[in-house]
Amino acid sequence: MSGPPVSAEAAPVPAATAAPLRIAGRELASRLILGTGGFTRLETLAAAIEVSGAELVTVALRRIDPAARGSLIDVLDGAGVDVLPNTAGCFTARDAVRTARLAREAFATDWIKLEVIGDEHTLLPDAPELLLAAEELVDEGFVVLPYTNDDPVLARRLEDVGCAVVMPLGSPIGSGQGIANPGNLQLIVEHAGVPVVLDAGIGTASDAVLAMELGCDAVLVASAISRSADPVTMARSIRLAVEAGALARAAGRIPRRTYARASTPREGMPELAGSGSHPDA
Amino acid sequence: MTVSVNGEPRELPAGASVSAVLDVLDLEPRRRGIAVAVDGEVIPRAEWGAFPVTDGARVEVLNAIQGG
Repeated sequence: MSGPPVSAEAAPVPAATAAPLRIAGRELASRLILGTGGFTRLETLAAAIEVSGAELVTVALRRIDPAARGSLIDVLDGAGVDVLPNTAGCFTARDAVRTARLAREAFATDWIKLEVIGDEHTLLPDAPELLLAAEELVDEGFVVLPYTNDDPVLARRLEDVGCAVVMPLGSPIGSGQGIANPGNLQLIVEHAGVPVVLDAGIGTASDAVLAMELGCDAVLVASAISRSADPVTMARSIRLAVEAGALARAAGRIPRRTYARASTPREGMPELAGSGSHPDA
Repeated sequence: MTVSVNGEPRELPAGASVSAVLDVLDLEPRRRGIAVAVDGEVIPRAEWGAFPVTDGARVEVLNAIQGG
């Protein structure tokens, strides 16, 4: 090996991953989308955004609390990131579409993270309502980023109705279970004609690496960062994980084998054993 | 007239506009990131000053919170 020693604080790894992420004509250098849910202090959120390198962060829309201290929007503006509003908490296509229209008015963006939930305990998507809402919002000119099941057929249907990406879950929101069904995720990636963003389930850095190694174009992470013991350090860890996974995917991993394959050649081995001591003798 | 604002009954003069509702909540209307729905329909910001709220209307005034 030659060259100068590399410090742990070295500049970000140059993107061997070719083109930047492109969603609906917009280029994003970062393949990490940060969810803002779960941060207990706005100061921590601001620091985590900076360290994460994320350019796009999610927000939700709720009844205004005139007594609330600090403005989330001011923090996000200060961080120079774009807002991706969600339709979290909606259980029907009708409510999700209305929420999306309100978000467009509030944040002056056509981008919407579409969530239509079918069950309050698992927070799993309601497939028929999701598809209905996606179709309606695409018709209304939204750039739709749907949170979906790890179902390759549903992913294809969402793409067919014009969604800008598909965002399959790894496992339930906030569960930290990682990627429950890597096989399905691989199928989604293999057949998708739009970017695939892993949304939900990431618990720690290795989960983000795996998502990228499986071929996801980006990951969306909230709880794994915001609810960790040290959100700012975890934000850095997940950022590096996303970069590491993308590089590994681009580099191409070796196939899994049942038996060993020596990395050192056998040829040229010296004869060192004395006569009579060889186990075969 | 009585109008429901974010689920709370509020007394407003007849013919009050969306902007009047924001005044009651002591909100600066130019503040970014606010959206208003009246009976489930979005009222664009440009119409807040003129849009009349009727007796019994349900007004929702929303803003960004952390989530997702």
